[in-house]
Amino acid sequence: MKRITKQTYLQWYEDMLFWRKFEDKLAQVYINQKVRGFLHLYNGQEAVLAGALHAMDLTKDRMITAYRNHVQPIGMGEDPKRVMAELYGKGTGTSQGLGGSMHIFSKEHRFYGGHGIVGGQIPLGAGLAFADKYHERDSVTLTYMGDGATRQGSLHETFNLATLWNLPVVFCVENNGYAMGTSVERTASHSEIWKLGLGYEMPCKPVDGMKPEVVAKEMDEAIQRARSGGGPSFLEIRTYRYRGHSMSDAQHYRSKEEVARKQEEDPIDYVLNHIYEKKWATTDEIGAIEKKVKERVKECEKFAEDSPYPEKNVMYDTVYEQEDYPFLPHKL
Amino acid sequence: MKTIQFREAICEAMTEEMRRDESIYLMGEEVAEYNGAYKASKGMLDEFGPKRVIDTPISELGFAGIGVGSAMNGNRPIIEFMTFNFSLVGIDQIINNAAKMRQMSGGQFNIPMVFRGPTASAGQLAATHSQAFESWYANCPGLKVVVPSNPADAKGLLKSSIRDDDPVIFMESEQMYGDKGEVPEGEYLIPLGVAEIKREGTDVTIVSFGKIIKEAYKAADELTKEGIECEIIDLRTVRPMDHKTIIDSVKKTNRLVVLEEAWPFGNVATEIAYQVQTQAFDYLDAPVVKLNTGDTPAPYSPVLLAEWLPNSNDVIKAVKKVMYK
Repeated sequence: MKRITKQTYLQWYEDMLFWRKFEDKLAQVYINQKVRGFLHLYNGQEAVLAGALHAMDLTKDRMITAYRNHVQPIGMGEDPKRVMAELYGKGTGTSQGLGGSMHIFSKEHRFYGGHGIVGGQIPLGAGLAFADKYHERDSVTLTYMGDGATRQGSLHETFNLATLWNLPVVFCVENNGYAMGTSVERTASHSEIWKLGLGYEMPCKPVDGMKPEVVAKEMDEAIQRARSGGGPSFLEIRTYRYRGHSMSDAQHYRSKEEVARKQEEDPIDYVLNHIYEKKWATTDEIGAIEKKVKERVKECEKFAEDSPYPEKNVMYDTVYEQEDYPFLPHKL
Repeated sequence: MKTIQFREAICEAMTEEMRRDESIYLMGEEVAEYNGAYKASKGMLDEFGPKRVIDTPISELGFAGIGVGSAMNGNRPIIEFMTFNFSLVGIDQIINNAAKMRQMSGGQFNIPMVFRGPTASAGQLAATHSQAFESWYANCPGLKVVVPSNPADAKGLLKSSIRDDDPVIFMESEQMYGDKGEVPEGEYLIPLGVAEIKREGTDVTIVSFGKIIKEAYKAADELTKEGIECEIIDLRTVRPMDHKTIIDSVKKTNRLVVLEEAWPFGNVATEIAYQVQTQAFDYLDAPVVKLNTGDTPAPYSPVLLAEWLPNSNDVIKAVKKVMYK
């Protein structure tokens, strides 16, 4: 893994702040009905992504996740303007306006979605790794899921196959405490999700997901194991989401005090405090980063606003690789 | 021409395609060391080794999904279901991932893969093992659905399905694997989406597909003795459907019977009847007749199963009905 330096923390601060402000902007424009459908925001979980990206080899490693997926492709290298445009349903979006919030993809940057069915992406992640092993490439696939997805059968079938075939994959649970409104404690007889790996003899452990350097270190170990032929790992990364499951969530299942308490461990504040403690930046320099982030988010919004909606034929053109597929007519 | 079994046609198609493209692999329950539950992959493990002919545990959801994921990353998998009845525990991976991936990624990821295995009834296997899901899969945009009825079609269509850059559902039958038929020597392909007139006739059009079409052949042999000439169309591909061949035939015969081994509600025959009344309303001399299974789960008892399945006598009755005889 690359060394974690002053520059790493400064970059983390800028990236994590950008992701937070990007999501805040989406929440704002959602209220204005510029963005519709379901909207699941990443606020509070930023250290999980920041740490993972540091440990990954972004020239060859892959990532797949569920529907809380706006900022991961940005971290992987995708243009955030195109992600914002996708949420606006515009033709310039990452999926040309066909995917929306839950289905962001970036083939160029090896981000494989963006999946709306809880747990449905878990075997896909193993399949990406299967193809890498088959073709004797040394890429590793990070397969993310939420805590709710660990109760799906897809996890268990995939864990068994991934260990049986020794696939180069890291399974990562972002345990943010709640599957929509159902706390982890209410979904199984014990709440130590990482222990699910034990039955498959898969290396597994819990990870503090509020500190990027901790995530990076654990992720690096798992990635190196996969890359060197040691097979899959399972990390339960413990984090917290500040906002509701989606925008329509009234959050009656938890107290405001609980959220406030968790926000005291905010991963972005944590990175910033570390920078100040080490005297790696002045308040002016941090102010400059914050200004830059604000401007970048504004650029994304403007790009999405100004972009055209897709042409109607695109919903047909994207279904099949076959160019002359004879679709049935649906209107007079 | 040479004469081979249906299972050999399937095996030849997969073997020939795997020889020409290293990215193809075969995965499923009992496909490798057992040589296939129905011996449709006999000898393939010996030729290609365990890297490309892969036994799985009983985990349809898991291996269907791994197949889709690998298709996003450079492979062209053939995923075998021991029967399509078992595909239901993995259907999320087919409907939500294989079928939708290309469109919801804005065209970034096509899924070049085949899901194959037997469909419909196969003797007295009762409710859970006698189901035909052609219309379910054909209802879903993003998929193609191929259902051959003889060895020659099976080989040519399977080769095309494996080469196709979109996900294909390829449906066989336990009761056809032993069927023998003439197959061209050397390599040949049959394009998807093209029906074939298997028997020419002037009086009634019968459209069918898969193994049940044999009941139409038997009926036509009987009816010709009474001077009634049936034209039999084998759809071969259910989605996309070759409407033109059906419509052209109905314009000639003015009468249509559709024979399909599936439950009657909203099935493939329903779609054909709709298309024909839309495109050839003025040519019809009688209402279209659909012949399907009973509107119940498949029963076990031989007497009940015989009643549940459509047969050649039902076809004869239907033909006479549309001819007002």
